[in-house]
Amino acid sequence: MRFLPALLAFMATAWFWSFLPAISAGETRSWAWAWLPDQGVELALRIDGLSLLFALLITGIGTLIFLYTAAYFRNDDRLPRLLTLLMLFGISMLGLVLADDAISLFVFWEGTTVTSFLLVGFDHNRRYARASALQALIITGLGGLALLAGLIILGQFAGTYRLSEMVLMGDAIRASEIYIAATIFVLLGCFTKSAQFPFHFWLPGAMAAPTPVSAYLHSATMVKAGVYLLMRMSPALGGTEIWMWSLTICGAITMIVGSVWAMKQDDLKLMLAHTTLMGLGALVMLLGSGTKEAAKAAVLFLLVHALYKAALFLSVGILDKQAGSRMVDDLGGLRGAMPLSFAIAALAALSMAGFPPFIGFIGKEVIYESALHSAASPLLVTGSALAANIMMVACAGLVAIKPYFGERRAQKNPGDPVFGLWFGPAVLAALGLWFGLFPAALGHDLLEPALGAVTGKAAEVKLYLWHGVNLPFLLSLLTFAAGIGLFLVIGAVRRALQAARVPGAEDGYDLGLAGIDRLSAWVTRSLQGGRMTVYLKLSFAVFAGVIWMAILMSNTELSRPDFRVPLFQFGVVVLILVSTVVVTFTPSRLIAICALGGVGSGIAMLFVMYGAIDVAMTQLLVEILVVVFFAIALLQLPRTPISLGFRPFDMALSVALGLGVIVTLWAVLGTELNLYLTEYFEKYSAPKALGRNIVNVILVDFRALDTLGEVSVVLIAAIAAVAVMRAGREARK
Amino acid sequence: MLVAFPILTALGTAVFCFLMRDQRQGQMLASLGGALIQVALAVALLWTVTTSGPLSAQMGGWPAPFGITLVADTLSALLVLSTAIVLLCVVIFSLSEIEREQERLGYQALVHALVAGVMGAFLTGDIFNLYVWFEVLLISSFGLLVIGGGKAQLDGAVKYVGLNLIATLAFLTGVGLLYGATGTLNMADLNQAVSGRMTETAILASAGFLLFAYGAKSALFPVYFWLPASYHTPAAATSALFAALLTKVGVYSILRVFTLVFETDGTPLAPVLIVAGAITAVVGVLGAVTHREIRRILSYNIISSIGLLIMAIGIDTPLAITAAIFYLVHNMLVKAALFLHAGLVLKIKGSEEFDKVGGIYEQAPWIAVLFLVPALSLAGIPPLSGFWGKFLILRATIDLPSLALTVLVLVVSLLTIYSVARIWLEIFWKSDERGEGCAPAPALMVAPIVLLTILTVGIGLYPDLLYSWSDSAAAGIADPSTYISAVMEDPS
Repeated sequence: MRFLPALLAFMATAWFWSFLPAISAGETRSWAWAWLPDQGVELALRIDGLSLLFALLITGIGTLIFLYTAAYFRNDDRLPRLLTLLMLFGISMLGLVLADDAISLFVFWEGTTVTSFLLVGFDHNRRYARASALQALIITGLGGLALLAGLIILGQFAGTYRLSEMVLMGDAIRASEIYIAATIFVLLGCFTKSAQFPFHFWLPGAMAAPTPVSAYLHSATMVKAGVYLLMRMSPALGGTEIWMWSLTICGAITMIVGSVWAMKQDDLKLMLAHTTLMGLGALVMLLGSGTKEAAKAAVLFLLVHALYKAALFLSVGILDKQAGSRMVDDLGGLRGAMPLSFAIAALAALSMAGFPPFIGFIGKEVIYESALHSAASPLLVTGSALAANIMMVACAGLVAIKPYFGERRAQKNPGDPVFGLWFGPAVLAALGLWFGLFPAALGHDLLEPALGAVTGKAAEVKLYLWHGVNLPFLLSLLTFAAGIGLFLVIGAVRRALQAARVPGAEDGYDLGLAGIDRLSAWVTRSLQGGRMTVYLKLSFAVFAGVIWMAILMSNTELSRPDFRVPLFQFGVVVLILVSTVVVTFTPSRLIAICALGGVGSGIAMLFVMYGAIDVAMTQLLVEILVVVFFAIALLQLPRTPISLGFRPFDMALSVALGLGVIVTLWAVLGTELNLYLTEYFEKYSAPKALGRNIVNVILVDFRALDTLGEVSVVLIAAIAAVAVMRAGREARK
Repeated sequence: MLVAFPILTALGTAVFCFLMRDQRQGQMLASLGGALIQVALAVALLWTVTTSGPLSAQMGGWPAPFGITLVADTLSALLVLSTAIVLLCVVIFSLSEIEREQERLGYQALVHALVAGVMGAFLTGDIFNLYVWFEVLLISSFGLLVIGGGKAQLDGAVKYVGLNLIATLAFLTGVGLLYGATGTLNMADLNQAVSGRMTETAILASAGFLLFAYGAKSALFPVYFWLPASYHTPAAATSALFAALLTKVGVYSILRVFTLVFETDGTPLAPVLIVAGAITAVVGVLGAVTHREIRRILSYNIISSIGLLIMAIGIDTPLAITAAIFYLVHNMLVKAALFLHAGLVLKIKGSEEFDKVGGIYEQAPWIAVLFLVPALSLAGIPPLSGFWGKFLILRATIDLPSLALTVLVLVVSLLTIYSVARIWLEIFWKSDERGEGCAPAPALMVAPIVLLTILTVGIGLYPDLLYSWSDSAAAGIADPSTYISAVMEDPS
């Protein structure tokens, strides 16, 4: 069972391999299913040179890594979970590189984000693993969202989400006004995913994942997703100043920061993570150059890097497993006890350092060649490439020489691992040598179609191990010399670097996250303080604001009020007013409630005067009940007086609200009352509804549904009241 | 008459449940049966409406606008179906969660009474009748908040009712003004009566009163206080019901009344909704990242979603309205799933606070997965329903084009991811510091969450169905003429 994923991945590799002849002949294959047709979203897949190269890397390296994982975790009952997640990741990653629909691409993109989150946090009991997983999620999540916006903007402009159609519209896109926004959003997505400065810090954090996961996701495949998308979008978005400089500068900084930081790490795995930053930075920088040579160098280095880096990660995993540690200073002199592991590490490291006859050598030559002709700045690009490569030589030494030579040091009795553990890295390392010796077929069959997709036109890739003595070759010699020199003094360099304390972008992340936490706590505390009086005041204030806004924006002229009303009506109004004043100023709750009753009774009297006897009776009954109930309830409460005091804000609020309501009612009085409903009720009440009391007929017939609802309210209120009383009793207990 | 059945079934089931409150089996059967009938009715209603147009019924046989008309267009029918599904899930969950004592007090009856209010609100064509259903659902939700509860629940309930009463008062006053100015209450009739009169003080003020009322009901900034004060206190089944339904009635009312009754062109409604929605979305999600208790976090997530929804309604393009309706339905299902899951956590771990719970991923991985999927959907991760909601809203902002709103949606989405990731880290990944295991998860609690999870995955994989319904609902909103003719020219 545990080898099933490896088997599946192998079958997938073979399947993709079968496309090689057609694709290298310049053909493409595509499939599409409608997904959300109204929005033009399809599940569209397409194999061209670039996606095939990635698909082979994903499935091929996947096969070896699944095999390695099954051996690495053979005694761990979390193996099924790990393999499931890895498979899910692999599928997402494949979908990502095969998708031809921008939205499908995004769906798979987020799939890799989520599976990566779950894999980084695999050791979820460790706080560090959880924090790292969260960090990776937030950074790549941020980029993912930006990418989605960018893709929608592009899709909207292009009228299609098909990437293969977008890339044909490069000139139109670059000339349009959406170009800047779309490019920034897409670059944010790519830079976060591929850990480019200033988002690079999540990648070393992601090393909290188990070693096979790091080898697969965080060096060979997922972190290349951003690079993939940059390559894919190059024909659509590339070639402008903003594209060229942001890629060149961010790439160069990432490359240098990664290389320098790599040298100071104690943990070999962290060192490799930083060298991955170097690799990713180099790829991005090359893509920024915008020349065909640079694109060729990028495509080649992509493969070179995937091979040696996965092999090295796995060999560090072997050290961890077989020698009990992966710390630089814990290991030494192991070549006798672990000859096979040493051979693997040495082969891969030689490719990383760029020694002939490995493919890494060719990669480095091609990079120097293109750097010297960079459209951005040959000096900057060549200089940073040279510096980074020198440091890579030193790091290669740290990984492949330090643990295996010198005084013997190990944390347990060392020895070569089982087949499952050495097979994968051995194949990868050997491929680095094989391709170095026979680069022509690689260049023609695999890289040429990929390069065609990146540059948007047919291209030729001719690779030779020996380029002759030229400037790149001299730069290579300089790299070896300086690199070896650096390795010889690496101890001092490491001490110096470790002593330096430089604030990094990660501090920015920490500050940002802490800032969000503080901001949200503050906002939430100030808005939701828990005090009902505050809530009420705010609600009433908004209420008053809305009313006054409506009043001020409308244009009805208020009619002149008619004050010629009978004297006794004035009497009632005075009663209401006096009661209101009493409510406001009395310190006794009981008097306040009685006075409220006075207000209600006054209103009932007004109803009587205008002939609405039914309504008046109802009103009066309700008022009496309310006063009685409140009075009973008050008897239960402690008899503290209401704290009085002049509160200007409350007063202003009440006045504003009251006046607002008055003005609106006044405005209604000015409009002519439309009586067609009333007339209908009068006409049909007796003959059709068989009732002479129109109000009753309205209640039980014309609008019986309202009455049904209100009756339900009363019944439900009764149930609720019982519940409240029960709850009150519980609370007192 | 199909239109009336959801309301009648809810009221009838409530009565049955109350009558059988002392017979546990009988009450359970009645409640479950009622919920199943609701689902069947809702499917029939949606089927009818989408195949043959809006459906109406004149209550008491009085022609519109003299009696009360019930009417279902695609929007109403879609929301009735979502409500029925949520009801079914909540009822199943409650059979396991709710204690005997609360059942005896009439818990199931209150649930169905609440749903009667919700169904009534979605189906009525009369603005005063809408007010009546608001009252029904307010008083039933009050009952559910306090039933069998202690001090915290009472405190939450008082705040809930106090603030909601202000909204209710505003609603009633607004309806009164509208009636005074036009002499009619039927919303289709009001469409004609109000036409051309939006500058009149009475009409505009009435719109203001109603906007305030619905805004408060939807938990819109700055009148959302009642929601976080109360949603975490009652039983999980109750809060799931609230989370899925209550605020959505407010949103529905805005959508309906401010397209059918009022002409909003030339009023500042759109910018008000956009600004209020945007602030609500941000304030909500900030609340969600600061709390350390599942349901408190989710409550703020509701507010945040409401903000995005209202913002989309304010944008008011056909796509934005479609997006809002799609997002609304998605949100009802997913919020219900997550609140129920909080109840499940409460059941198997005894708490839902970060500082007390942990280790569920290790101890009960499938329960953890069951949280993860709807949580990712809430966070808008593809291929789940929430992704399409986010995609459509994002498209609506990009179509405007408004970079500010686009960035706002992105920021809110990112913080939403952060807020649910925190729950995952603390409740599921972190090991249980108290060293306690998981109690077994009752099947009746797990089943409804599974059902809702399947729905969010299903919508995600096959969004076209919900999208086409939302689209047709949005078309009905944009051009209410078929709605109006269904009401006014009903042959019955």
